[in-house]
Amino acid sequence: MENAQYYRSLSRNLVSIVIVVSFTPLLLIAALIGYSFETSYKGKSIAYLKETVKRNQQNIDVFLSEKLDYLKVLSRSYTFEELTDEKFLARKLAILQDAYGGVFVDLGVVNSQGIQVAYAGMFKLERADYSKAEWFKTAMKRTHFISDVFLGLRRSPHFIVSIKHNWRGEDYILRATVDFVQFNSLVENVRIGETGHAFIMNRAGEFQTKVGPETEANREFYMALLQKNGLKWEDGGLDAVSGVPSFTYSYWDSPYKEIILTGEGRRGGDDFVYIMTPLKSGEWVLVFQQDKSDAFRDLRRARFLALAILLLGGASIAVTAILVSRKMVSRIEMSDREKEMMNEQVIETGKLASVGELAAGIAHEINNPVAIMVEEAGWIEDLLRDETQMEASKLEEVKRALTQINTQGERCKEITHKLLSFARRTDPRVVEVNINEVLEEILSISEQRSKFSNVKLEKNLDPDLPHIMASPSELQQVFLNLINNSLDAIGTGGGTITVTSRLADDRLVVDVADTGTGMPKAILARIFEPFFTTKPVGKGTGLGLAICYGIIKKMGGDITVNSAVGVGTTMHVYLPVPKGAVP
Amino acid sequence: MGPTVVMLVDDEVPFVETMTKRLAVRDLTVLNAFSGPEALEKLEKERHVDVIILDVKMPGMDGIETLREIKARYPLIEVIMLTGHGTIETAIEGMKLGAFDYLLKPTNIDQLMTKVQEARAKKRAHEDKIMQARLQEIALRRGD
Repeated sequence: MENAQYYRSLSRNLVSIVIVVSFTPLLLIAALIGYSFETSYKGKSIAYLKETVKRNQQNIDVFLSEKLDYLKVLSRSYTFEELTDEKFLARKLAILQDAYGGVFVDLGVVNSQGIQVAYAGMFKLERADYSKAEWFKTAMKRTHFISDVFLGLRRSPHFIVSIKHNWRGEDYILRATVDFVQFNSLVENVRIGETGHAFIMNRAGEFQTKVGPETEANREFYMALLQKNGLKWEDGGLDAVSGVPSFTYSYWDSPYKEIILTGEGRRGGDDFVYIMTPLKSGEWVLVFQQDKSDAFRDLRRARFLALAILLLGGASIAVTAILVSRKMVSRIEMSDREKEMMNEQVIETGKLASVGELAAGIAHEINNPVAIMVEEAGWIEDLLRDETQMEASKLEEVKRALTQINTQGERCKEITHKLLSFARRTDPRVVEVNINEVLEEILSISEQRSKFSNVKLEKNLDPDLPHIMASPSELQQVFLNLINNSLDAIGTGGGTITVTSRLADDRLVVDVADTGTGMPKAILARIFEPFFTTKPVGKGTGLGLAICYGIIKKMGGDITVNSAVGVGTTMHVYLPVPKGAVP
Repeated sequence: MGPTVVMLVDDEVPFVETMTKRLAVRDLTVLNAFSGPEALEKLEKERHVDVIILDVKMPGMDGIETLREIKARYPLIEVIMLTGHGTIETAIEGMKLGAFDYLLKPTNIDQLMTKVQEARAKKRAHEDKIMQARLQEIALRRGD
């Protein structure tokens, strides 16, 4: 049914309006706050990580420079002879180990030919030949040197800290081995969250600290990164400056400070963030890496919470919207139905009123034939009572009277039929209607009344009109009302009512024109208002035209009026013609 | 005392015709008219009408108007109004305008006859009073 569809779409519209109106700001706020929160939280997290990395960079630099400083002190404080005395050297190592808790594994003095001339430590490395070793070659070029981690002669990871000193025109190297485990713990202790860890790489991409297999796998990634960023950490100047630029702490003000790289990477299914900073004047890189899910765990939790709230809130809004609009629409539906019922009642009332207006004329019309019949019957009685008259003529007179009674009876029957067709309950059922038939019927029923008002009824009906879909009884009511109004407008002075049916612009038009008093503009503007009447109290309900208007509008038609005071009024009724019915 | 002269005014021709016959057999002299103006016209010629039986509802000049005219011109003629149920108010208005009485249509002929007789008697009484008043006037004039 069309109505059900209308209410469904009404309900749908309500739901979508409520949802759009409440969701739009909700989503906007969520997106806005979510975005700014995420940005600031990430910024803060990264900044915190950066600080941590810087601090550790500093720690490591300090650790390395400390070790170097001790060797420097040793080499400056003692002569070559003293240092090559293995007992002396062992004593110094014991002091160092005592002070630094086993960071120094051993001490050695290597002459310019690469031969270790003195050694103190747990490994038997006296007279070891380092002339072919990479570290020795580099160490001889520099004043001090910290090597990469390597296995070396002892076959275990370690690195060497060395100082080149000159003794009577000949260079020698004082070297110490730093315990890898001790150094490694420095870096390993940098742990943040579950996956945040640090490691050190040299520029060749070799790990200088212990790393897990996952980090190992990221090697390529970091190598590419190092190369891509160009690494202005050239060799140049390393000799002149101390091997570790951060010794001076002026590092923080140097361009190196800017060489903290942060970024995000992806390996396998895991996104991670990294922070890189140079160590040891750029020979090493300290890398901190943490899974994103771990680094931004709180953010994720907040996001999840916000999403949950959004979903729950959204669901409750949607449910509420649906329930509320359903309830509202059913209310509307109910009130519409009530209104329709009221409308029907009003139409019924209006109809009764217009039938009542007819009643006077109709009663008289019926009364006349009845009176004639009664008189004829009385006349027959008279004739029968009177015995003086001649039989033949009497019989003739009786016959005439009977014929007259018959004729008048027929007349009565006709009138009652006409009236009945009107007094019936209004039937709103829509059927195919020939408008001319309806008009003829109305005109015939109005004849009596117009006769007494000296009104001439003229019709000008187009015989080739298409049928329309309408309720005949409603149409009757409309045109009866219009003609009654016209009769009232003409009054007893006499005049003409012309009823025209025609086709104009695919619409059927019925004009009811009268030569009555006409109406001024002030009244014209209000004639379709319910309860507006120009008749004295008790004479008119003020519903007639309002009901006509309602009926015609309901049918999809229109009703307009032209009027001039003293000239008359014409009502135009426009009725829709079903598609395809226009000839 | 001559026969009572009655004028029947109604727009229904068969009604008037039959009624005329019925009243005629009841020893009334019956004139008839089928509209207000016709009635007035005939009254102009037939001055001795005693009672007019007048239908209230007629096209054109209706019963009330006709009554007003008759009463204005011939105040002594009594008028009995004939009316349908729907127009009793009109009949009452007619009474106020000086109609003798009203009867509902269809009427009982005996009732109508009674009313006609009463109306005629009233008219005669009026005429007698007027006559006597005139005589008295004449007597008074003579007597002084």
